[in-house]
Amino acid sequence: MTLTLPIELTVNGRRRVLDVAPQHTLLDVLRDDLGLTGTKECCLVGECGACTVIVDGRAVDSCLVLAVEADGAVILTVEGLSSADGRLSTLQTSFLDKGAVQCGFCIPGQLMSAHALLDLNPHPTREEIAEGMAGNLCRCACYEQITDAVLAASEAGR
Amino acid sequence: MSASPIGESPNRVGGTDRVTGAQAYLADLHVPGALHAKLVHLDCARARIVGIDGSAALALPGVHLVMTAADLPDPMPRYGPQVADRPVLAVRETKYHGDPVAIVVADTRELAERAAALVKVDYEELPAVFTIAGALAPGAPLVQDPALRGDTGLALGNVLTEHRVGWGDVEAEEAKAHLVVEGRYSFPIVTQFAIEPHAFIAAPDGDGVVVWSTIQHPNWLQKQIAGLVGLPLSKVRVHAPDPGGGFGGKQHAKHEPAVVFAALRLGRPVRLVLTLEESFQAVRRAACASHVRTGFDAAGHILFQDIEADYLIGAYVDIADRVVAKGSYPAAGPYNIPAVRILARSVLSHTVPSTAFRGFGNPQINWAVESNLDQGALELGMDRLAIRLLNLARKGDAFIPFDTPADGDWEQTVRRAASEGGWDAPLPPGRGRGIALGIKSGPTTGLSYAIVRLLGDGSAVVYAGTSDMGQGARTVFSQIVAQELGAPMDWVTVIMGDTAIVPYDQQTSASRSTVLMGNAVLMACRDVQAKLGALAARIAGVEVGDVIVDAGVVRVADGRVLTIREVLASGLGRLGGEITGLGEVRKDADPSHPLSGAPAFFEFNCTVIEADVDRETGDVTLVKHITVSDVGKALNPLHVRMQDEGAAIMGLGHTLMEHCIYDERGRMRNLGAIDYRIPTIMDLPVELRSEIIENEDGPGPYGSKGMSEGALLCVASAVGAAVRDAIGVPIRDLPLTPERVWRALQEDGAR
Repeated sequence: MTLTLPIELTVNGRRRVLDVAPQHTLLDVLRDDLGLTGTKECCLVGECGACTVIVDGRAVDSCLVLAVEADGAVILTVEGLSSADGRLSTLQTSFLDKGAVQCGFCIPGQLMSAHALLDLNPHPTREEIAEGMAGNLCRCACYEQITDAVLAASEAGR
Repeated sequence: MSASPIGESPNRVGGTDRVTGAQAYLADLHVPGALHAKLVHLDCARARIVGIDGSAALALPGVHLVMTAADLPDPMPRYGPQVADRPVLAVRETKYHGDPVAIVVADTRELAERAAALVKVDYEELPAVFTIAGALAPGAPLVQDPALRGDTGLALGNVLTEHRVGWGDVEAEEAKAHLVVEGRYSFPIVTQFAIEPHAFIAAPDGDGVVVWSTIQHPNWLQKQIAGLVGLPLSKVRVHAPDPGGGFGGKQHAKHEPAVVFAALRLGRPVRLVLTLEESFQAVRRAACASHVRTGFDAAGHILFQDIEADYLIGAYVDIADRVVAKGSYPAAGPYNIPAVRILARSVLSHTVPSTAFRGFGNPQINWAVESNLDQGALELGMDRLAIRLLNLARKGDAFIPFDTPADGDWEQTVRRAASEGGWDAPLPPGRGRGIALGIKSGPTTGLSYAIVRLLGDGSAVVYAGTSDMGQGARTVFSQIVAQELGAPMDWVTVIMGDTAIVPYDQQTSASRSTVLMGNAVLMACRDVQAKLGALAARIAGVEVGDVIVDAGVVRVADGRVLTIREVLASGLGRLGGEITGLGEVRKDADPSHPLSGAPAFFEFNCTVIEADVDRETGDVTLVKHITVSDVGKALNPLHVRMQDEGAAIMGLGHTLMEHCIYDERGRMRNLGAIDYRIPTIMDLPVELRSEIIENEDGPGPYGSKGMSEGALLCVASAVGAAVRDAIGVPIRDLPLTPERVWRALQEDGAR
């Protein structure tokens, strides 16, 4: 028998009650248990940022958080960025308009880091954006465009 | 009719799904009933496999299979794009760290991992070679079994192939030379590091098999799998969802065959998602050590290039020997040179099979040859820009005598880069400037089919077998269709990545897709236009020759102008229907050519760098990075800029920080994202500018050329030149880490 523990999460505004294995990460639970595959898996050591989600207002690498540690947390994933009727957020639109998306695999993580950054600092400079996004790798290297997109979203008041 | 979408930058097709998380990459797919696989490999590179005991693993409830070579046909089925040398699973001997000896299949990924750790492999580690010197040493252990290599004349050593190309009389030119400069240069092993790790799923499908792969070349994979399991092509269906980055590393099969055999054996879908570490153990770029001798006359004309390059390839050939052949072929650069001699050797080693990687063997040799040219300029007392302009091939020059002549106004590119980079402006102390040119042969063969269906309402569906891995092929093809058939961009759907539906495409590589598949899409549109014209002529009661279909409208000789939708509405009648067009672009092999075909185009780039070097720490700061590429015509300027900047920044990786480090047992020491660093947003040049030259002189639609690799080709050479200019000391080995730069400064100070 596999041991599981009950947890309760609020994910993208919806309350979820789950039984999770103690060794499973928040990333495992989001992707495998909740089917929220927008959050990506890459390095599993907290270096690439592809799995970034927002936990209680802070951007975290969901591969480094055990699901049980997130018990009671309010979580925002990329699936929760658009409005309920499917309208894209200003940040998402800015990413498209500024060409910040190539292959797109890192983009959910980039968006979540940018979202958290703008929450903390609604009008960042280019340097502050670089600082805030330094944990998100993009091998297509759309870094200039990502910076442009975050600035544009900031100017538009998100 | 709206304005032409060509030359505009509409948003990426598929972009919305990429910012909402809806884009389904391979690991996001849910195949009902799929089991999970894990590979078993040894903690060393080369070993004799004495025995494998999977009983402890199989004893775990929920473990379905521990498959080894013993469970596969004998002789072991082998595969590979150039040589069928790679076994489905290691048989008798492992050849590199990561060579799988078994595949374990279980109910969950976690269980598969646990079970894989329980597989007991009895093995004896064997002597192995991990470096060029080691592989070439007398008596070195052989990487490949001579019996499997055939009678190549080289089978008793670790040199797989020697590629020789050249022209003119090097000795005669050397006798005339005023100056000969000579240098040895090295380029490290680096890895592609697509953020999406490689992943595969296979499932039995009636009397056939269906495979999902992160592969760039689904049609090629279909052929390989069909051959391995003995099925007709029609019974092998390959799904290739848009990869999350490829960069060449996803061109060819990695572990798909093992997953297919496991799925067929179990009669159930099996899924294998590699970790990032396993992806590093699956693909890499060949290292290179080169020796360059360059001769000049007193005026600075290059009289000869004598180039020898040893590329360190892996244990299986994959596409590496083609990388060596094609990457070294234009090694002498875009210059008019009377005599050239190039010898490039593919050297086998007990390391991860090296594969295609953006730039395809060119950056390694560019680093050596462009740096050596700078040494010549220094000794001649010439300006580094001037010596390049003096020797540069002008449009139409047969700079490689038996090949496609220079196909662009390259001088324009070089002059633009020099002026944007402020070549003649004075520099503050501690700063240096460098310039380098990069050239790469485009695709030498190609075969792309496209189907365009113009539906009854004027919307269109395009079937094109390109993989859109970030370069934006869906967007560009949509733009072409929108231009030719007058449909709005968002009325065009592009279907890719399913061999059961989409017609054949040879491959997505060599920056070919806009040119080759783009032309196929354009031809399919022209086919539709011709049929539309016939329909319109019937409706208008005129001869077919009196109708012209152009840019989305139908013009009749009597002055009437009809929209395509009007023609469809009345022409197709009450039953509706559609008009289907087919495009085929074929570039056959030319056996008389050293590369089996002249390139469809050259990628040409000039990069100018201004660098600041901290003499205390050796840290290099790029103050300015100017990249100028000759793209023929930018069909989507924003996409072009993103590809150009992306290539430039990727080049900064192997220039300043990236290298795979192997230990004495052939294990990668910096395996994984913590210790293998790629450029982050913090590593950008202070100013990065991508400029393009557009003369509409390419072979692709509307005069376009391929361009996705150009800006990577000469980054290292230009940065190295700027660092040298700043510190006055040449460094001939990459990457230019602070430690390496600092040591160079210390050694110089000690002299």
